[in-house]
Amino acid sequence: MATSVTAAAGDSPPPRDAAHPSDPAPPDPARPDPTDAGRPSRAAARRSRLYRWDLKATPYAFVAPFFLTFAAFGLFPLIYTGWLSLHRVELGGSAEWKGLENYTDLAGSEFFWNALANTFTIGVLSTVPQLLMALGLAHLLNYRLRGRGFFRVAVLAPYATSIAAATLVFAQLFNTDYGMINTFLDWAGVGKVDWEASKWPAQIAISVIVTWRWTGYNALIYLAAMQAVPQDLYEAAALDGASRWRQFVSVTVPSIRPTILFTVVVSTIGATQLFGEPMLYGGSVGISGGSGNQFQTLSLLMYEKGWITGALGQASAVAWVMLLLLLLIGAVRTLVARTHRKNPGAGA
Amino acid sequence: MKRAHTTDATGPKRRLGRPAAGRQHHAGPLTYLLLGLAALVSLFPLYWNLVAASHTGERVVEAPAPLLPGPRLFENLSFAWNQVDMGEALINTTVVAGLVALSTVVFSTLAGFAFAKLPFRGRGALLSLVVATMTIPPQLSVIPLYQIITDLGWVDQLQSVVLPSLVAAFGVFFMRQFLVEALPVELVEAARMDGAHSLRVVWHVVFPVARPAMAVLGMLVFVQSWNDFFWPFIALTPDGSPTLQVALAGLGAGNHSVDQAVVLTGALISTLPLLLVFAVLGKHIVGGITAGAVKN
Repeated sequence: MATSVTAAAGDSPPPRDAAHPSDPAPPDPARPDPTDAGRPSRAAARRSRLYRWDLKATPYAFVAPFFLTFAAFGLFPLIYTGWLSLHRVELGGSAEWKGLENYTDLAGSEFFWNALANTFTIGVLSTVPQLLMALGLAHLLNYRLRGRGFFRVAVLAPYATSIAAATLVFAQLFNTDYGMINTFLDWAGVGKVDWEASKWPAQIAISVIVTWRWTGYNALIYLAAMQAVPQDLYEAAALDGASRWRQFVSVTVPSIRPTILFTVVVSTIGATQLFGEPMLYGGSVGISGGSGNQFQTLSLLMYEKGWITGALGQASAVAWVMLLLLLLIGAVRTLVARTHRKNPGAGA
Repeated sequence: MKRAHTTDATGPKRRLGRPAAGRQHHAGPLTYLLLGLAALVSLFPLYWNLVAASHTGERVVEAPAPLLPGPRLFENLSFAWNQVDMGEALINTTVVAGLVALSTVVFSTLAGFAFAKLPFRGRGALLSLVVATMTIPPQLSVIPLYQIITDLGWVDQLQSVVLPSLVAAFGVFFMRQFLVEALPVELVEAARMDGAHSLRVVWHVVFPVARPAMAVLGMLVFVQSWNDFFWPFIALTPDGSPTLQVALAGLGAGNHSVDQAVVLTGALISTLPLLLVFAVLGKHIVGGITAGAVKN
């Protein structure tokens, strides 16, 4: 590594026009220059001024691209969405001040409560089993295995599959009339399930798609955390006569608690935003989340209001409700973390 | 690949009591059985996607569903490629994901370096802000963004999906976590002593050290961008210049009168390139996913 540094010192500075626009002009490298000797060097003074300025300004220049992008495509639209949510607006039309009317309309709309409930139930159905299975899978992958690499890449393959591709494949497998899953259930004597029109089967099917895509991904995250657990904790537990299961519950899980919390947060955020899976699963009635809105999520409702109905103010209000939900989840999480710190050993 | 029996260097040898769990344990048959099941469940839908793409549309929607590949894969592929423009969508997706990955890696490395090694006022607060932005869902910005790209005439233009993704909070955080440990501050200072200005320090010191993390981040962002759905679905249309995901959504919603075999062929075209990448670079991607998440 050090070689690159000495190379840097020996190189000539790059031409001016190659420099980053936000960067000051490159000062010459401070090599003792024979012609420079003896002159009280104004150039040197300028160089050191530039150098100091470079030192001060550079960090800001380096973080600027992120914050500029965020300001333009994240923060400004977010605030503007908030402003829109207080108005009645149609695309291309002018805005009319409505105060909180969009929100009170939502509160009185059964479609909104339906979407909120669906977001919650699909969220739970797709997150809880997913993380529990990921935990078990990570535990299995943590053994000394033949073909470890194969298993790891195999369980990660669904992560390489897009929402669209995965949903289209599963929609075929779950098809009520000819899908493989119903063929199998029929053969097993359970009978056919209506995976599209009935509410719970449809929500379960959508949750299966989410779970399939993310379980392996989370398992690998848990696995990495498990491998960082000190071996002597297990040794001590074993000496105390703890069974394997007991070791898993009392050593492994507490040791990787921060990682579990991290995945819970990430999965929850993801579940709050579900859009592609229910939409594509519903086919021609995807935007409304099925023929009876039985799996319309908040995201779908927002899209329907904004792009199908053309009520941008209403759509913006739905978006802000989603933000409030996430803030609420964040607050709950913080509270849980606090109570944990106060009395460790309380339930997970 | 038989591994030699080595006792783990960590921890003393067990003396009495029950066996300890953890890494030194060899997997039993039940473990292999369960893992085999997990691998099967993970891979079967992908295998069946290939099966469905090799049959006629009529056969795909017939019970019982086909379990073995059929004869029509190449006909379906050429139909999807030419009639439904999956070929164009593939090129669009490659361009978008490539640009997004490249710019995210460069900008994230610069910002990550500043957050990791350069002292400046407000560093801690700004870093917290970066992390906080990760939780904001895209739903909160798409309505104004759609108005903006409508005004600019950018609907169906690829720049409308590239520009908002030029740099990601996740990337900045990822590179910071890596550089905090991997980049000795002496290296930076030594280069500074030699009079190198910031950009040269980045080019000759930071980039060489960060290279492995940059490669991993590039792969992760490429996959994410390739599979991105929500905003592209709004900004692009299946009949304009769609990415693969938008084209697929069009097929799935029955925008073209194509049969299910062709729809699933489209799904296969969108998945195969990434699967090939995973098959070749799987190990590194696994490493990247785990490195980005575990450090809190």
